[in-house]
Amino acid sequence: MSTAEMTVVGTRPIRHDGADKVTGRALYGADVQMAGLLHGAVLRSPHAHARILRIDTSKAEALEGVLAVVTGADFPDSPERLVDLGEGDTPLSYIRGNVLARGKTLYKGHAVAAVAATSAHVAEDALDLIEVDYEVLPCVLTAPEAMREDAPILHEDLVTKEFGEKTGRVSNVAEHFRYSMGDLEKGFAEADVIVEREFHTATVHQGYIEPQNATALWNNDGRVLIWCSTQGAFTVRDTVACMLDLPVSQVRVTPMEIGGGFGGKIPVYLEPVAALLSRKSGRPVKLVMSRREVFEGTGPTPGSYIKVKMGARRDGRITAAQGYLAYEAGAYPGAMVGPGAMCIFAAYDLANVVIDGFDVVVNKPSTAAYRAPGATNAAFAAESVVDELAEKLGLDPLELRLRNAAKEGTRRADGPKYRRIGCVEVIQAMRNHPHYKAPLPGPNRGRGVAIGFWFNVGLPSSCSLSVNADGTVNLVEGSTDIGGTRTSVAMQAAEVLGIPAESVRPTVVDTDSVGYTAVTGGSRVTFATGWAAYEAAQDVLRQMKERAAKLWETDAAAVEVSRGVFRAGERSMTFQELAARLGETGGPVVGRGAVNPRGVGGSFSGAIADVEVDPETGKVTVLRFTSVQDVGRAIHPAYVEGQMQGGSVQGIGWALNEEYYMSADGAMLNSSLLDYRMPTSLDLPMIDTAIVEVPNPGHPFGVRGVGEANIVPPPAALANAIYRAAGVRMDRLPMNPPAIMEAIWKQRD
Amino acid sequence: MEFLCEPRQSLLECLRDVIGLTGTKEGCNDGNCGACTVLMDGRIVNSCLVLGVEAQGAQITTVEGIARGNQLHPVQQAFLQNAALQCGFCTPGFIVAAKALLDQEPAPSEERIRLWLANNLCRCTGYDKIVRAVEQAAQELREVKA
Repeated sequence: MSTAEMTVVGTRPIRHDGADKVTGRALYGADVQMAGLLHGAVLRSPHAHARILRIDTSKAEALEGVLAVVTGADFPDSPERLVDLGEGDTPLSYIRGNVLARGKTLYKGHAVAAVAATSAHVAEDALDLIEVDYEVLPCVLTAPEAMREDAPILHEDLVTKEFGEKTGRVSNVAEHFRYSMGDLEKGFAEADVIVEREFHTATVHQGYIEPQNATALWNNDGRVLIWCSTQGAFTVRDTVACMLDLPVSQVRVTPMEIGGGFGGKIPVYLEPVAALLSRKSGRPVKLVMSRREVFEGTGPTPGSYIKVKMGARRDGRITAAQGYLAYEAGAYPGAMVGPGAMCIFAAYDLANVVIDGFDVVVNKPSTAAYRAPGATNAAFAAESVVDELAEKLGLDPLELRLRNAAKEGTRRADGPKYRRIGCVEVIQAMRNHPHYKAPLPGPNRGRGVAIGFWFNVGLPSSCSLSVNADGTVNLVEGSTDIGGTRTSVAMQAAEVLGIPAESVRPTVVDTDSVGYTAVTGGSRVTFATGWAAYEAAQDVLRQMKERAAKLWETDAAAVEVSRGVFRAGERSMTFQELAARLGETGGPVVGRGAVNPRGVGGSFSGAIADVEVDPETGKVTVLRFTSVQDVGRAIHPAYVEGQMQGGSVQGIGWALNEEYYMSADGAMLNSSLLDYRMPTSLDLPMIDTAIVEVPNPGHPFGVRGVGEANIVPPPAALANAIYRAAGVRMDRLPMNPPAIMEAIWKQRD
Repeated sequence: MEFLCEPRQSLLECLRDVIGLTGTKEGCNDGNCGACTVLMDGRIVNSCLVLGVEAQGAQITTVEGIARGNQLHPVQQAFLQNAALQCGFCTPGFIVAAKALLDQEPAPSEERIRLWLANNLCRCTGYDKIVRAVEQAAQELREVKA
């Protein structure tokens, strides 16, 4: 279908859940109320690295109003095994250990025990009565330190894997892998200009405004019922079942409305703990994190140390690129350095590449995904070096990128060859944008650009549609709606059915009520769940054609449908008219769609940033910002713009302010929203957007997915802008006033 | 409305747990995110920083009290038309804060709106569409009055 033929896709209807969300009626996880509900609290480790010698919960259990206390010992004692919950094989002990520590605590904030009581205040009082004896161990907080031979070891059983093989060596490096292509030495020998730089980026948090929460009832029939704010109800179901040694069918997860996630609400933290407390107390139990617990006890994104070396000829052709990425996984392996390594040079068509990745455990919270996980750190390094190459070659930075841009057929160093992609189109759109052409007069001001890539993912989604007698359709899906996806999914069904978006009523349901659906993550919902809705709508049309054929006493094959009108010869009926006659033609029509799509379309994004740097204080003011992204097809352009603006601003916060400010003994010293400074409305200009549409041939409407790639370029674009404004190349994030002043002073010396 | 609460309960806890009005949200419980914004005798407060007992005799307006019967308030309408929310968790605080601004100032500048809303954090939108929604609501309210 071309854009011209579409009547719903590309329009901007009001979201279906809109009224509930502007009146306070929408129910989020912490809003769950039920009879007999207990409130819980979690005791957390005050030490970044310690052996637990003894836990005594007896005084807490004796406090009036306390109905249950649990520790890691309350998990079933099943033998160690590897579990695949969608992100590769993980030892069961790691999954359980992060939720309630056993033996050792690995970061300050690591959960040690939990209490359920008649009120949240009583539960908090009870925490003070739990006695824990610790043997404090030395801690290690950054990847380069943790990789040293004499570093304190977090996991005595963690054997380093090198190039896919177990080495037999115990260290904090869970894995060292390499992607390579061509002949690196030859590539550098051909270069006229070579730039080599080192970069450090701090740990940052997704910063969703709603803290994690979970309510659980271990029911009298043995089933565990959970209500929570999660990006993936089925992931919670499968993880909790695995941790509690239950069949998945014994767990039902109801996804409540969710107050932001950005990857951080994929892992479970509280759900299994609430379940254990419910089993012990016989009552439903609700746990809600404080903001401090969110910072100290959930997964932020990795801090990193990255080296990049790139060489280019005078004609602007990049001849070689080398990357070294060491990412901090936090307490357990899984730093998302794999995607970082795949993305670092993903925007370029290169012949000679070597990329080394290191997944390193440190005494900080176990990291989780954060919007294009791993890619933003990598792009900050690579795009800063590309900018410096352009400067040395005397080329416009976008011209250099255009001369080397990845296109259909380009092979990435990690193996895959691109299908149709929009990298060139994004760079061209940046170059043609009024922002890039506008003059930027005044002292201490500069403009920077950068580009970035994110794969997006497919994964399974399910959807069903039932036709109402009034011509509307109920859509049932399993994808938590974090940013308006009820509407972007419903619009794809509406487009197929030829009815208005408002005539499709989408509902997100629990894990008993819809087919398996993977997480709301990887920019996949509009792509994959939208595709399931497309298939379900096609199924509805097939059945409706049969009904029309029955009424007209003809063959279903003779019935055609277009834009919601069924026709056979001279006869015609609208979707609505036919819907009113389902009763007399055989009963209800229910369509189903279940997909596991392969045709994922990666997304490229670019950022243009104008800044002013105060040379006295080092404060950076963002004067103007434009986000450009190839989205394939914008189903609901307003929410596509919203993703681009939101991702850009998270990238701006990451670049300029945000960091886990750690003490030497591993305490986060800024675990509040006052001191962990996310951008406010006052810190920002309007965020301009330019949607590029290079349709993904792998999706019926051309959708690629828009959620993530937009966060990748901003830190590098800002670093490049700061260089032009203040004359300093920043090699660390955040580029806050102290860091900028230090760089300016260093240069003056 | 009459209710009893413990001396240590905040106004936010009273609204959510005692009265059952869960539209007002808790994002930080220390006055830094604005998700719990309500009006107390017409003034903006973070309800997590007010004790329940301090609300005695005061008039409290929460997000549940912004719509006029079945009619959404122009601020609510404008948020929907401008796609000024994604997850919607910070939205109740923004709606209450924006309404308070427009009750006092019919024609705030972009800068004024940004300053006024700087107490409310949104992590999804980057604020662009929120600022535009408030500008549109201001214009509609002026037109209704004119």
